[in-house]
Amino acid sequence: MIPLSWWLTLAALLFCISVAGIFINRKNIIILLMAIELMLLSVNMNFVAFSRYLDDMAGQVFVFFILTVAAAEAAIGLAILVLVFRNRRTINVAELDTMRG
Amino acid sequence: MNYESYLFLALATLLVIAAGAVVTLRNPVHAAMSLVLTFFTSAMLWILLRAEFLGITLVLVYVGAVMVLFLFVVMMLDINVVPLREGFARYLPVGLLVAGIMAAQMVAVLGGHHFGLERYTAPPAVIEGSNTAALGQLLYTGYVYPFEIAAVILLVAIVAAIALTHRRREGVKLQDPGKQTMVRKADRLRVVKMPSDTREGHGA
Repeated sequence: MIPLSWWLTLAALLFCISVAGIFINRKNIIILLMAIELMLLSVNMNFVAFSRYLDDMAGQVFVFFILTVAAAEAAIGLAILVLVFRNRRTINVAELDTMRG
Repeated sequence: MNYESYLFLALATLLVIAAGAVVTLRNPVHAAMSLVLTFFTSAMLWILLRAEFLGITLVLVYVGAVMVLFLFVVMMLDINVVPLREGFARYLPVGLLVAGIMAAQMVAVLGGHHFGLERYTAPPAVIEGSNTAALGQLLYTGYVYPFEIAAVILLVAIVAAIALTHRRREGVKLQDPGKQTMVRKADRLRVVKMPSDTREGHGA
């Protein structure tokens, strides 16, 4: 039998990998978006694992909604990415400093 | 250790390796491919958790739609990856440090001491009834209002994505249906009066 802690550890590792990915790929928006998708995936895995071990379907319903919102976020994020590339000819985060942030 | 545990360990190893490849590979197309592998392995893990509907949804929605969108964008844009990689080695130690600390913290809290089999006994291996039916029963009764909101969010996302990337190009010949239906006879038809031509021998 698989203990719940294995699932939680796996999701935690996935989350940490995506955090490290955001640190080391801080110039490339595409990889940043992919790392965000990975983070959402790890959170979803926690939800599904708890839903099974607590025998509560509400966790899976929540995962369904997170998937919906993540799909919408990916679509809009990529649209903004295309727009940025069209206007600036680059997707380097370091060069996107028009707003002096 | 039974078959399910070995399957879990194999899939989990694959998942971690694929996720590591997503954030370290040089080529964004390869990273996207690794992300596809990550999603697919996660779908298999979710099916191992008896969440069949969500596993299939992950494959259909993510591998089928979102990752294709990613690949489209990556291949459409002519990206020079060399300047995007600078700082990779510089930020690698701090990234690994932060990730390592976070992983240690989470494993300490989420490890077997609090969430082991003694606290959370393993659920039954066989679940009666269909997972899809159970999810649908819940989604269309208690969660019907959030479900509608999710649909509206998707609609907003479609409209926003199209509105953001749509651009008017110059010099393209387009029909304007409004003007086409507004046209009147007088705009198109011109009656020309001409002197009638009488030829000899035939004229009245």
